[in-house]
Amino acid sequence: MSSVEAPHRAKADRPAEAPASAAAQPLYAARQKVYPKRVFGKVRSVKWAVLTLCLALYYIVPWIRWDRGPGVPDQAVLVDIANARIFLFWIEIWPQEIYFLTGALILGAFGLFAVSSLFGRLWCGFTCPQTVWTDLFMFVERWIQGDRNARMKLDQGPHDTNYWVRKSLTHGVWLLIAAATGGAWVMYFVDAPTVTMQILTGHASAQVYFFVALFTGFTYLLAGWAREQVCTYMCPWPRFQAAMLDENSLVVTYRDWRGEPRGKLKAEGVGDCVDCFACVHVCPTGIDIRDGQQLECIGCGLCVDACDSVMSKLGRPKGLVAFETLKNLSASAAATAGMAPGPDRFKAGMAARQMPRFVRPRTLMYAGALTAVALVMLGAFLMRSTLNVTVLRDRAPLFVRLSDGAVRNAYTIKIVNKTRDEAPLALVLQAPEGFHMTVQDVEDDAQGRPVLHRRADGIAQYRVFVTVPHGQRIAEDTPVSFRLLDAQGRAVASQSSNFLGPKS
Amino acid sequence: MPTKIEKDGVTGRETTGHEWDGLKELNTPLPKWWLWTFYASIAFAAVWMVLYPSLPFWRGTTQWIAREAIVAEVAEANARNAPMMARLRAATPAQIAADPEMRAFALAGGRVAFANNCAACHGAGGQGGSGFPALVDDDWLWGGSLAAIHQTIAHGIRNTEDEAARTSVMPRFGADGMLTNPQIGDVAEYVLSLSGRSSDPAAVERGRTIFAENCASCHGDNGRGNREFGAPSLADQVWLYGGGKADIIAMVRNPRLGVMPAWEGRLDPAVVNMLTVFVHSLGGGE
Repeated sequence: MSSVEAPHRAKADRPAEAPASAAAQPLYAARQKVYPKRVFGKVRSVKWAVLTLCLALYYIVPWIRWDRGPGVPDQAVLVDIANARIFLFWIEIWPQEIYFLTGALILGAFGLFAVSSLFGRLWCGFTCPQTVWTDLFMFVERWIQGDRNARMKLDQGPHDTNYWVRKSLTHGVWLLIAAATGGAWVMYFVDAPTVTMQILTGHASAQVYFFVALFTGFTYLLAGWAREQVCTYMCPWPRFQAAMLDENSLVVTYRDWRGEPRGKLKAEGVGDCVDCFACVHVCPTGIDIRDGQQLECIGCGLCVDACDSVMSKLGRPKGLVAFETLKNLSASAAATAGMAPGPDRFKAGMAARQMPRFVRPRTLMYAGALTAVALVMLGAFLMRSTLNVTVLRDRAPLFVRLSDGAVRNAYTIKIVNKTRDEAPLALVLQAPEGFHMTVQDVEDDAQGRPVLHRRADGIAQYRVFVTVPHGQRIAEDTPVSFRLLDAQGRAVASQSSNFLGPKS
Repeated sequence: MPTKIEKDGVTGRETTGHEWDGLKELNTPLPKWWLWTFYASIAFAAVWMVLYPSLPFWRGTTQWIAREAIVAEVAEANARNAPMMARLRAATPAQIAADPEMRAFALAGGRVAFANNCAACHGAGGQGGSGFPALVDDDWLWGGSLAAIHQTIAHGIRNTEDEAARTSVMPRFGADGMLTNPQIGDVAEYVLSLSGRSSDPAAVERGRTIFAENCASCHGDNGRGNREFGAPSLADQVWLYGGGKADIIAMVRNPRLGVMPAWEGRLDPAVVNMLTVFVHSLGGGE
């Protein structure tokens, strides 16, 4: 039956209903628990370093203090939702500037694309919180229950005191780490020392407890129980990252041209792979890297370390499992096709390799997009004004006819002050001769200009009237402009508007 | 139901047994816990239906209703505002206007109360309309001071519900035969001349006498109006019912007398005070 057939014919051709065979594979499968083995090596060392750095950043950043003056949070990084401000060291983001957050997310996305196209799944294997916390939880597990074999034996053995002590100890430590994780999360939203004291003394708000509990629960669940299933079943990234990778990207691969056919160490005519399963036993997602590229592979490279240590014990060259491009892999395979296993095949295969091409259209485009977004962001940030004036012209009515026949327009002027500077500003109207401006509820300075007070880190609002005397000929629509002058007489902000009059 | 489970030749895996127009699917077993999450969601929905108003005539065991929640929120907000409302009730509009805190509250609250109660006649921005006085200009029929505005809002104009309502009547000079049509035309020409718009000096001179005898007692000798009677100034550029000659003739012949309800019994005294301060701030307050 082919898919090009008309649907109704396809239906008609359908064979008679057959009962499902008793041996049919079930539609739902129980999880196969993974027992990753401890591993030493270069990649593992890098992973430890990245893990330490990420966790240190996560836990320490909320505690960095940053003096902003009285009455303002002194936390360097704080998302103050109640007061609608994001504090980032010397930067203070207002709600209408949330596009900076969008820009940062776009930067992150392009950065991820660029890194993936160059080095494969670096993010998944090294820096993703799921990986970092799972790694940490596995470390705890290994510390309390022992390595792979000991853990398997513990799970298969009797549920005696030893079993329960080790299990509850493991889960206890996991929960402690999870609580610290959830506790640190809320510190990005409320003052860290204050909320820590409140939590410890039981005086924190219900929201704080809710979010601490939520993030504690999910850290425990995702890093302790779900682990690799988050990557294989829940995360969308493994699915569409295939579009970022190509034959020039560095990925974790098994050099089958060198390893095959697998066989015992002493056997004749076999490749370098001794089928020791070291790569499988260390894998945190429980796959066999020798099966080729797989969605489940997070590219952490622990199998590289495992295989290298076996190879060096056997006195064979390292790199049977390695970070390698698919292009090199097929070049090596082509160069060694038909050759018998042995040092000659290894030399021929390695000689066929080339330096990975890091500069290629795909990476250039990602780099270009990254640079463009970064430049736009930087430009927007540098041109970000900390003092704005907005002018809203009254629309009901468009203009007012006064009893002496003068025409008046009313405006609402808002001074948006993103700084703590409260120095008053003089308001000046730029308009044709005869236009007269008054501001409700303010006093004039020595030059007769209305003095407007701004609010520190806030918006001050004024009602402004502009009047044209009776008899003066005005267009139906006259452009006018309002400027704010500082004490030195410099214009610090301005906004144009219109003065509307009757149809002439 | 699965119809025919086959073994796929390429992968060596089984199919699910389902077939859609010739398309078959390999069986990739879903993790069991995924299924349990699905069941947990169903259980959650069942619990939810018991707790909350999920079916017609079922209020849920929590008795939670969105409408009551909003009523409670409004009550909470009112309770929060109660001390300020008490201050606004006790103060005079002048005291409110002089106190920055009370003034800010009154302007914000007055804006809302104005939109709810006043905008239907006076316009969303207080711009008024034909027969409905503009509140943004500097022309006031009954006075534009805080006290005068408060009196107008509290008791209204020419209504029958409030004894203290401001009231005045303009005679129907034409309809009741008090003036003839030519006389009305002449007095209209005189009224036009008060704002410098007449082109018939002879008619103005005839109208001047008629005006002095019939109109000046309320509108004043030179047509400047009199706020005692709500008699508008005829010498300015603001016309409630239109300033053309035909409009003036129509008003002299058969005057229209605007009515405004009294708000004292309808609105909280604090709201009346807020409205007073708000209207005063629109641009014409005296």
